[in-house]
Amino acid sequence: MIVLGVALLAACTLIGVYLGDLLGLALGVKANVGGVGIAMILLIAARLWLSRRGRLTKGVQFGVEFWAGMYIPIVVAMAAQQNVVAAVSGGPIVLIAATGSLVLCFGAVALLSRIGRRDPGGGAVAHGGSVIGGDAEPDAVAPAAVPVARKV
Amino acid sequence: MWHGIEHVFVEQSLVAAFAVVGALILVSNLAAKHLTNGRVHGSAIAIVLGLVLAYAGGLYTGGRKGLADIPALAGIGLMGGAMLRDFAIVATAFEVDVIEARRAGLLGVLALALGTILPFIVGTLTAVAFGYHDAVSITTIGAGAITYIVGPVTGAAIGADSTVMALSIATGVTKAVMVMVGTPLVARLIGLDNPRSAMAYGGLMGTVSGVAGGLAATDPKLVPYGALTATFHTGIGCLVGPSILFLTVRALVG
Repeated sequence: MIVLGVALLAACTLIGVYLGDLLGLALGVKANVGGVGIAMILLIAARLWLSRRGRLTKGVQFGVEFWAGMYIPIVVAMAAQQNVVAAVSGGPIVLIAATGSLVLCFGAVALLSRIGRRDPGGGAVAHGGSVIGGDAEPDAVAPAAVPVARKV
Repeated sequence: MWHGIEHVFVEQSLVAAFAVVGALILVSNLAAKHLTNGRVHGSAIAIVLGLVLAYAGGLYTGGRKGLADIPALAGIGLMGGAMLRDFAIVATAFEVDVIEARRAGLLGVLALALGTILPFIVGTLTAVAFGYHDAVSITTIGAGAITYIVGPVTGAAIGADSTVMALSIATGVTKAVMVMVGTPLVARLIGLDNPRSAMAYGGLMGTVSGVAGGLAATDPKLVPYGALTATFHTGIGCLVGPSILFLTVRALVG
C-alpha cells in the first residue's frame, strides 16, 4: 500500500520535528533543534528495520520515493519564493558578509573533502540519485531495481 | 477569459503550482539539452530561473515572498514552503547508503562546528568594519551570516533593534541565494562529487534553503547526504548564537 509509505514518512517527520522542538525547549532556544535531521535518521532506521524483516514492500517504497522524487520540483518552488529583492538591495555590508563566509566555507569544504580518500560512492548512491532526480525512465531504473526485487 | 483562468489558479492554487513548476522544469531541461549541450544540469537552470522569477515577482508586488505574492501563483508558496520542503528532504533520507553516511559521520560533525564559527567570524568582522561597536548588533549580524533563521532568532533573544535584524536577515538570504547559484559552479573545484564531501558541504554551508537548491542543481545523488548535516546546522546555530557566541563577543568588545 502506497499510503503506508507516505504515512511512514509523515510519522518520521512528525516525531523528528517534535523531538527537535522538545530539544529546543530543553536547551532554552526558541527554535527547532535539528528536527528534520532527527526525522531523516528515523527514516533511515525504519528502512533498515523493514528491509531486515522483509516488510519493505514495493508500495511502501514507492510512497516514500515519490516524495523523494518531488524534492527538486519543490526546491524550484522554494527558489521562486525567496526574497531575492532584499538580497539584491541589501547593501555592501550584506554582500561582504555573505560573500566572505561563502568563500571561506567553500574553501573549508575543499579542505575537508581532501582529508581521506575520494570515491564517487557505490551503486546504491547512484540509484538514490536517480530516484531523487526524478528519472523514472524504465531503462534508467531497471538495472538497479532488479536486485531490490530479488531481495523482496 | 483571463479572469476565469485566474480564478481557477487561485482556487486550485497547489495544483496550479505543480503545473507551473512542472512547466518551468520542462523548459529548463530543454534549455539544458539544446542550449548548453547537457553541460549544465536542468535543475540548475530551473532554480536560477526560479530565483529570477522571484526577483521579478518581488519587484512587481513589493512583497517578500517572490512569485508567491502574486495571487494566481500563491500555491508556489505552499509547494515550496517549509512544510512540503522538509517532508521531501526527509524522504530523500530513504536513499541514503548507511555505510557511506557512517563513514563520513565524524567529518560532518567537524563541518557543522566550522560551518557555525567561520561565517560568524566573517559576519562579526564585517559588522565591526562598518562601524557597529555594541555586542548585540555585532552578534546579530554575525549570526545572520550563519543563516537567515539563526540571525533573527539570536537578535530577538538578545534584544537587537529592527534595523540590525533586517540587515542580519538580508545577509542570511543573500548567502542562501549565493549558495544556490554558486554551488554547481564550484562543485568540481571543491571536490563535491561524493557522499563524504557532500556531508562536509551540508554541515559547512548550513542554510537549508541554500543547500537544498545548491545540491539539487549540482547532483541529485548527493542531496540526502548534504541535507542530513545541513538540517542540524540551523538548530545548532540557534543554540550557540544567543549563548556562547554572544557571551564571547561581549567579553571581547565589552
